[in-house]
Amino acid sequence: MATAEVATHHDDLHHHDEGFVKKYLWSTDHKMICFQYMITGIAMALIGGFFAYAFRMQLAFPGMEVPLWGVVTPADYNALVTNHGTIMIFWVAMPVLIAAFGNYLIPLMIGCDDMVFPKINRLSYQIFLLSALVLLSSFFVEGGAFGGAWTAYPPLSSTAKYSLTPLGSTIWVIAVALEFIAFLLGGINFITTAMNSRAPGMKLYDVPIVVWFIVIASILFMASVGPLIAGAIMLLFDQNLGTGFFNPDKGGDPVLWQHLFWFFGHPEVYVVLLPAIGITAEIITVFARKKLFAYRTVLNTAIATGVLSFTVWAHHQFVSGIDPRMAHVFSITTLLISVPIAEMIFVYIATLYGGSITLNTPMLWALAFIGEFLIGGVTGIFLGASGADIYFHDTYFVLAHFHYTFFPIAIIATFAGITYWWPKMTGKMMNDTLGKIHFWGTIIPFNFIFIPLFVLGVAGQHRRIYNYEHFPDLAVDWMYDLRVMATVALLVMIAFQVVFFFNVFISLRNGKKAGNNPWKANTLEWVAPSPPGHGNFEELPTVYRGPYEYSHPDREEDYWPQNEPA
Amino acid sequence: MIEQFIPAGSTYAGNIDGQIDLIFVLVGFWFILSEAIFFGLIFRFRKKQGQPAEYITGEEKSQKRWITVPHFLVLVCDVFIIWGAINVWYHVKQELPPAQETVRIIGQQWTWTFVHPGPDKQLGTADDIAKVNELHLKVDTTYHFKLEARDVVHSFSVPVFRLKQDAIPGRVITGWFEPTLTGEFDIQCAEMCGIGHGLMGAKLSVESAAEHAAWVASESPLELAAANMPQLAVEE
Repeated sequence: MATAEVATHHDDLHHHDEGFVKKYLWSTDHKMICFQYMITGIAMALIGGFFAYAFRMQLAFPGMEVPLWGVVTPADYNALVTNHGTIMIFWVAMPVLIAAFGNYLIPLMIGCDDMVFPKINRLSYQIFLLSALVLLSSFFVEGGAFGGAWTAYPPLSSTAKYSLTPLGSTIWVIAVALEFIAFLLGGINFITTAMNSRAPGMKLYDVPIVVWFIVIASILFMASVGPLIAGAIMLLFDQNLGTGFFNPDKGGDPVLWQHLFWFFGHPEVYVVLLPAIGITAEIITVFARKKLFAYRTVLNTAIATGVLSFTVWAHHQFVSGIDPRMAHVFSITTLLISVPIAEMIFVYIATLYGGSITLNTPMLWALAFIGEFLIGGVTGIFLGASGADIYFHDTYFVLAHFHYTFFPIAIIATFAGITYWWPKMTGKMMNDTLGKIHFWGTIIPFNFIFIPLFVLGVAGQHRRIYNYEHFPDLAVDWMYDLRVMATVALLVMIAFQVVFFFNVFISLRNGKKAGNNPWKANTLEWVAPSPPGHGNFEELPTVYRGPYEYSHPDREEDYWPQNEPA
Repeated sequence: MIEQFIPAGSTYAGNIDGQIDLIFVLVGFWFILSEAIFFGLIFRFRKKQGQPAEYITGEEKSQKRWITVPHFLVLVCDVFIIWGAINVWYHVKQELPPAQETVRIIGQQWTWTFVHPGPDKQLGTADDIAKVNELHLKVDTTYHFKLEARDVVHSFSVPVFRLKQDAIPGRVITGWFEPTLTGEFDIQCAEMCGIGHGLMGAKLSVESAAEHAAWVASESPLELAAANMPQLAVEE
């Protein structure tokens, strides 16, 4: 303990010398870059959440003067839903789950002092920040922000006279392309670091699942994003240089974009899912005091899911005018992906068997991830089956389905990760009671938002409509009641986020000192001081065993750190 | 399940509803089973004093079968669902039963134009009845539709028929439906198509044979005059 404090103290001095800019803005330290990504991601989540608030208010109470926004016009509505989707996926889920957790965890969990390319890492964040600013700037240009949905189907997205947002659509494409560049740079770093910088003794099967999953996610991202970047360039040319890649009048084809977009878009789901489910693995094993059930099976299911995810994209396009015979192929591949994912969930459930489960805040979040993600998983079957998708395509059923996957990924798993690694990141404990209040205040409203939306989708409510009064079958009282219920639940959920920020504030101010290993966990990050200084470890660790040796019969203690000699 | 919320108004609506019900039962079974075991384990193995966790690697065959057996059962369920999906899809989207009548459907920002064949039951003739945001159909009649888009991608969606088909600029997409239920229903545009997307609804009227004949007659009061219309148009 004493040595740890000395080390921290020493590092504080060291950092102080660097100056504010060098330490917080121009840092090459992977932990600082994690915080940069995390804080930017959370700021973007607040913006994306605010957009959701504005358009949900309009849906529940059409035509009202929404506080802090004003009347939501059709153009506003389209811009809000488009940018809500874009922000939550590209500027929240990606930076927080892959970039922030990847940056923080990979070097610490494999026992090295930093990323192999620290300057590329810094560049990655800077480009990411630039991309976020570019995206937000589109709200202030003439014509307003792009409103053609986050999928940006041309000719709407490629033709100013159809979209009426000549600058907004171009800025949107540029922002997305910049964001991809940022993550390509980050991904190169993650893969290289995990493959080359592992602590002595750490074999591939000793690597914690979350590191494996972030690496697999980075590979999936790098392998799938190429076609979309090509598509984005073609879209830029169509918008600004008069080419006709997606314009049928000039021999192009609008459906081509849909293929390029979804060839990336579907693996993207697994790109963000894998880090989330990896975080869950770390937390469940620690708080159940259990070895992960069938480590290699978990790894294989992730690889199988990743490979299969490249073969399913056209299930987003069953009714989009592709050759109807293709639907059979994509139905089969899509349903097959349920096998590895179901198996992964089974493994997690099996891990609980025989455990000694502590239900503290991080564990509640981790368990909630499994319980809620299961709903997202099973409702996907309805959409992957081509026959059923004819009806469900582009209804609120789809919307509710993917929010039951993305909300657990981007929000639940993120809170699981933050509350679990908070003591390491800051050296302070969070208040568990406040954590639980925040947890229940988020999870309960979440279900009250999206279960009504499933029902509305089943009743035929289609998406991206700013006011349902133009559709008599959808303008009935009971449907408005459900819309109001979802909106009120959203307001409650947003209100409860204050508890989280309050908890963060009092933890930083008065939180109990955490010590190096408050959860009695095995993985290497808990060997480092809390918070780790520049260079992470006082002495670089050597690894003797896998990461999940909890409650081993040969040991008195119920954990067995990876670095402890036998 | 779907019929409780919205009536089934075409010959194939029942097939799609049946497919959804099949999935609902199979998936519902797995969902309830998994959640029950999940919550059961959390409750049963919550931390108790003096009861340490067990050390289970999950690598032995006797342990692994707890996940491999369910995994094969999931695969079996998938086969049933795929089989159903292919059958329904084939019937709705690939098969094209002979048409008794054909309508032309044109999506453009932000209206639907429906060209009905008129008294001679032929499209592309002078007596065609073009209506904006109104589609009139005769019940129990097999229709082909020719779907076009003038500007951006739209999606022709008729929830009571359980039908949805995107309209793509530069293409004419052919499909079919046979209404079975008279009444007035919503037609939606189900693909984001710009600022007016939220206004792009149309009214579907499915009429009995007599009503439909009366509507056709009312839209073309003088068949003869209609037949002469092209010449009139040229003279003007």
